Amino acid sequence: MAVSRRIRRAIEFVIERTIFLCAAASILVTAGIIFVLLFETVEFLREVPITEFLFGTVWTPLFFEKHFGVLPLVTGTMLASGIAMLVAVPAGLLTAMYLSEYAPAAVRRIAKPVLELLAGVPTVVYGYFALLFVTPALQALVPNLSGFNALSPGIVMGIMILPLVSSLSEDAMRAVPNGLREGAYALGATRMEATLGVVFPAAFSGISAAVVLAVSRAIGETMIVAIAAGQQPRLTLDPRVPVETMTAYIVQVSLGDTPAGTIEFRTIFAVGMLLFVSTFLLNLLSNLLRERFREEYS
Amino acid sequence: MTSSELTADRMGSTQTSGRYLRDRLFVCFGLLATLLALIALGALLVDVVRDGAGRLSWSFFTNYPSRRPADAGIFPALIGTLYVISLTAAIAVPLGVASAIYLEEYGGRGRIARFIEINISNLAGVPSIIYGLLGLGLFVRFMGMGRSVLAGACTLALLVLPTVILTTREALRTVPNSLREGSYALGATKWQTIQHQVVPAAFPGILTGLILAVSRAIGETAPLVTLGALTYVPFAPSDIWSQFTVLPIQIFVWVSRPQAGFAENAAAGILVLLTLLLVLNGFAIAMRDRLQKRAR
Repeated sequence: MAVSRRIRRAIEFVIERTIFLCAAASILVTAGIIFVLLFETVEFLREVPITEFLFGTVWTPLFFEKHFGVLPLVTGTMLASGIAMLVAVPAGLLTAMYLSEYAPAAVRRIAKPVLELLAGVPTVVYGYFALLFVTPALQALVPNLSGFNALSPGIVMGIMILPLVSSLSEDAMRAVPNGLREGAYALGATRMEATLGVVFPAAFSGISAAVVLAVSRAIGETMIVAIAAGQQPRLTLDPRVPVETMTAYIVQVSLGDTPAGTIEFRTIFAVGMLLFVSTFLLNLLSNLLRERFREEYS
Repeated sequence: MTSSELTADRMGSTQTSGRYLRDRLFVCFGLLATLLALIALGALLVDVVRDGAGRLSWSFFTNYPSRRPADAGIFPALIGTLYVISLTAAIAVPLGVASAIYLEEYGGRGRIARFIEINISNLAGVPSIIYGLLGLGLFVRFMGMGRSVLAGACTLALLVLPTVILTTREALRTVPNSLREGSYALGATKWQTIQHQVVPAAFPGILTGLILAVSRAIGETAPLVTLGALTYVPFAPSDIWSQFTVLPIQIFVWVSRPQAGFAENAAAGILVLLTLLLVLNGFAIAMRDRLQKRAR
């Protein structure tokens, strides 16, 4: 009896250690990401001064005459993400306000699964939609819109991100105590006045957390822009011409057969590092905002 | 009543009705925004079906890629997807479920558990293409796996690991504490309690989370492209060391071709991909409902 209890205790101990190691493995993943990116980026920066990389305005690492200024990729990314946010934020917030404050249960029962489906569509499918449906449709409306541009993938990316904005903002608005709404109604406010004047400000930090997270998602989104935005790193804010984003550049190089160990190969890790750092900072900011929102209502 | 009083009264009522009018307008905008999602989904589906339905035939599933769009098929990509995804699940599921059990049942409020938790929620926000760079640097080059099915599966497994952990934890959290205490009261050890009571009770929720994670992995393109998965594969993978392609990459390659015939192929490929995802999710929901009924 005593022996079997000892064996059982040993088994318990081994199991606990094993699953602890599984959980700790996730730290190794983060360490791996940072190590791989850092290693190649340091090698890259040995050949290219960091000032040229961060502030240079010409990006031609794959040409004979190489320039390593990442700014065109940064503006391309900001342009496409900016357009996405112009679609996702107003539409997402209106959707959230409608679903949280107005919608009858029947509408919610349809709208919520549709939004979930929209969020579950693979991004390569959105890329197809942007290149072969939205761009031709927009060309009828916007003069001089080229076949690859920032506008169409930007809009489609906005639609892809809309469910994220709307569901997180809706959660934030639903967390606002009912007493605040009732107070507004008691003062004679209409529903719109209560929503915009009371619920929205009360949920503001939660909503801004959602928006910041959406920006981070847009910056990291790859396939839509790789398919529909083009492959021309260009320092411009014109949404009608082909541009290239940071993510699309990584895809472009990966599709070619650039040998490992060359400076061209290392550029994708340097660009990846920049992408990783910017999304990490945005995610951190989003978390801080969400924590603040939680503190306000707990 | 003087005329000035009348005007004031009328002004007051127009102000009120103006406010209600604005309220009605606001609802209309809200409804329109909500409809935008529905319209976008509808347009996308109609567009893909219109372009691709004509290309769906038996030979589309059994043919290899070809320079002629009408002869091209998705056989290697489909087998590649099944191969990579099964292996991804085989790696991510045990690792993720074990991590979740540790964090939820053992970890408590300890400092290490807290650190692991923050780390996992950070990992969930890392763009998928960064995982591709990780896979390229770590699995393909450093560990010498080459651009193999195994390297692809390892990369995707790390990518979906945060999703598996987060959804499994949520499922474990729904198990009432009385179940655990009852088990302890009968003399069971902690692991016996987890193995025989907690995990079975949480199983429907865990399963749904796993299928969601696998669905995400099936649609991922960017990390595998970055890893260097092939874009033209005239063979189906034979073992875990084979080079491979997957359905989303095949779609991507076809979309990038200028000829209209390849766009049709891409649309047909998308139909197959979306059907696969729909079947998988439908299966998850059906399974969960059945298990939930049995649990009652």
